[in-house]
Amino acid sequence: MSPTGAGGAELRELSAAEAIGEIEAGELAADELFDAYAEAAGAESLNSYLWRAEAGTRAAGGEPLRGIPVAVKDLFCTEGIETTAGSRILAGYRPPYTATAVRRLAESGARLLGKTNMDEFAMGSSNENSAYGPVLNPWDETRVPGGSSGGSAAAVSARLAPWAIGTDTGGSIRQPAALCGIVGLKPTYGAVSRWGMVAFASSLDQCGPLTRTVDDAALMLGVMQGRDPRDSTSVGIEAGVRRPTRGDLKGVRVGVARDFSHHAEGVEPGVAELFERTLDLVGELGGELVDVELPHAEHGISAYYVIAPAEASANLARYDGVRYGLREDGEGELGTMYERTRSCGFGAEVKRRIMLGTYALSSGYYDAYYGRAQRVRTRIAEDFATAFERCDVIATPTSPSVAFELGAKSKDPLAMYLSDYFTVPMSLAGIPAISIPAGLAEPAGGGPQLPVGLQIAAPTFCETALLDAAHALEQAIAFDAHPGRRDS
Amino acid sequence: MAGELSGILEHVERIASLNLEGVEPTTHVVALENVLRADEPEPSLARELALEQAPDPDEGAFRVPSPAG
Repeated sequence: MSPTGAGGAELRELSAAEAIGEIEAGELAADELFDAYAEAAGAESLNSYLWRAEAGTRAAGGEPLRGIPVAVKDLFCTEGIETTAGSRILAGYRPPYTATAVRRLAESGARLLGKTNMDEFAMGSSNENSAYGPVLNPWDETRVPGGSSGGSAAAVSARLAPWAIGTDTGGSIRQPAALCGIVGLKPTYGAVSRWGMVAFASSLDQCGPLTRTVDDAALMLGVMQGRDPRDSTSVGIEAGVRRPTRGDLKGVRVGVARDFSHHAEGVEPGVAELFERTLDLVGELGGELVDVELPHAEHGISAYYVIAPAEASANLARYDGVRYGLREDGEGELGTMYERTRSCGFGAEVKRRIMLGTYALSSGYYDAYYGRAQRVRTRIAEDFATAFERCDVIATPTSPSVAFELGAKSKDPLAMYLSDYFTVPMSLAGIPAISIPAGLAEPAGGGPQLPVGLQIAAPTFCETALLDAAHALEQAIAFDAHPGRRDS
Repeated sequence: MAGELSGILEHVERIASLNLEGVEPTTHVVALENVLRADEPEPSLARELALEQAPDPDEGAFRVPSPAG
């Protein structure tokens, strides 16, 4: 029996940095922590894991992470361990190599706790597109955890993992982090290697941390980031990532775009109210609020739903039943084999995006869709560059709503896409953005309070400044509720 | 699904009204040019490993049904 109680519940309250501190002080054994998490993950009811390490698994845990367990989104290749990307087409696939981001974590002393559930090929904002069933939100099991990194977000929130990695193409780290009441960071495009990450939209995909504290996000990004000869688009963060210590915002200019904030159409009253309260905190912390304009940000969703499906349609051409993954019987004919394999292997949302993408790229439509979308993307990036001449960071709500009910948007793809209204522009511009818990708010339709996220964005490779600002606000907001304790 | 796709395209077509005269399309969000590395030979993936996940490996190759049917 663990001295800390049944299932190591108290151990599982520690942040990763706190646990490392206790291990270094000799007050906690890394194996005990690992087993506490492995047992909790093994008994979960949220469907957040697709694969779990057994309690009692022993592995070396070096510096600086000291054997801390980590949950990994099932989009990352892990040598010899099933990697499905949430798709039926990759059921049973055991990659012959490990993704660079996962390898860097392991080389820094982290231990693989499990592979987390996700929307198929990272396409979705609710986790309902997983071929392995939806993930449930630990705050309210009738609601979605967000997506596509919903398994990672739910596991970290429910104390089934101390921290996790996910991927963000248009909001897939930040939105589920917001809906589950944790921290989620999408780094600058190119900060972390994409090698071994199953590709969705290659010009947008980026790996990042889902954690319970801003400091943990900095710690994890610090060991994962860096140039990788195997990903020619990876550049790393030249200045490195400093752990945040700031408790104030003195000298920090926080930009808010009126039309791209709590005043935007479709923002729930509870979300808007908490965002306004957070803006008040900026002044109290010595920061300055600055009005900025992001006139093209509202077109982010339109541009994104051309660019991302176009890239996906090319990336997903590789699933053809020849080299790995599912193969359906083609009755001796190659074309029939391709057709049946892809028809059976892909879910509805993936097919929808492949069709949108091939349509947008087809002869005669290319300029009207893909060409225009890439020009809008340039405009969005220019808007941010202009805004950052007048401010250091930009604040928005992360998601227009709190976690919605399972099934609420699954019949209306466009409504689902609009969940990423505030997160997509940063992805298109390639800039870093973080979501931190802003507090709890009542859903628009009534019911128990649920987490709301605050998004903060910064110029490319300014992760340290971003994390400092997020840390100051995190300390002031002092969010300490979690699914087992709502009254904070 | 046809109706859903039409709805999405309708939303996407909002960008048709924007004036994008003279705007360069984005090709890459971080300015990079000619990313090259030294041409150093490294061991490649062993053939058995590469074939291990294949649905129908045969004599060191991937076997597929006939393209001619």
